Amino acid sequence: MYTAVVTVTLRPSILDPQGKAMQHALHDLGHGAVQQVRAGKHIEMQIDAASAEEAERIARQACEQLLANPVMEDFAVTVEQAEGTPAA
Amino acid sequence: MARFAILVFPGSNCDHDAYHAAKHVFGQDAHFVWHKEEALGEADVVIVPGGFSYGDYLRSGAIARFSPIMKDVIRFANDGGLVLGVCNGFQVLCEAGLLPGALMRNASLRFACKDVHLRVENAETPFTNEAEVGQVLRISIAHGDGNYIADEATLDELERTNRVVFRYCEPDGTITPEANPNGSARNIAGIVNAEGNVLGMMPHPERCVEAILGHGSADGAIVFRSLLQHVGETVAA
Repeated sequence: MYTAVVTVTLRPSILDPQGKAMQHALHDLGHGAVQQVRAGKHIEMQIDAASAEEAERIARQACEQLLANPVMEDFAVTVEQAEGTPAA
Repeated sequence: MARFAILVFPGSNCDHDAYHAAKHVFGQDAHFVWHKEEALGEADVVIVPGGFSYGDYLRSGAIARFSPIMKDVIRFANDGGLVLGVCNGFQVLCEAGLLPGALMRNASLRFACKDVHLRVENAETPFTNEAEVGQVLRISIAHGDGNYIADEATLDELERTNRVVFRYCEPDGTITPEANPNGSARNIAGIVNAEGNVLGMMPHPERCVEAILGHGSADGAIVFRSLLQHVGETVAA
């Protein structure tokens, strides 16, 4: 069993109003050092696959088909063997 | 009599408004189609209604786009059938690839529920043939994710091929940033596909077909009258 962690973010060319709102709030709290904030989604999937490569392939396909919209979003995938499960 | 098929997803909430407009205001045949169905049945027009299908989980329209009925909607659209997507329906049609672009969170981050003014930019579509270019309509919006976005090349292509059908404007028809309720690229409120048979729009024409229910505006009726004109129906209302 593998754990895939997917991060979906707005593409860099797209203004992120949520990130802007958080940045303003952080500045109000005195964190003037925070220069940029971008918001995104964190998605975890447990994937039953024979290898890490296969798990990553499945996770990427899931992103392309459903989890990210390429018109406005990019995604990144990391795969690790799930805790307490034997290596495939 | 024109036959309207109105989709119903879990979370749709403008399906009954669309049904009321088609059936009771314009005296046409209308039926609901549950999203688990695999066939639309006999239909001249498919309406993908507003609402919050699947609670807007993941992205607005992203899950509904894979409902069983959507295969037949895509088939119907590719065969030239008339498809009107309103609000969440617009989001679903973009997610399904029937229309280009996507609808992001409103630039204000606030849900926008108010009347807006729309300038008709193309009066030669099946949805606007009863209108005139430059005509200003007052129609309600109610959405949190209505910020239309597409890459520059797609936006240029939409403009070049006259596929921007409605733009947010001032009451006198001027296009200004202030009249844009959600940050949409180029004030775009509604677009058609290349063939012109699929329209997506964020404002709700079905909520403004009778002055008594439309804050004094029945301007949305023009979309229904145009559709009926297009399919060869005599317009009653």
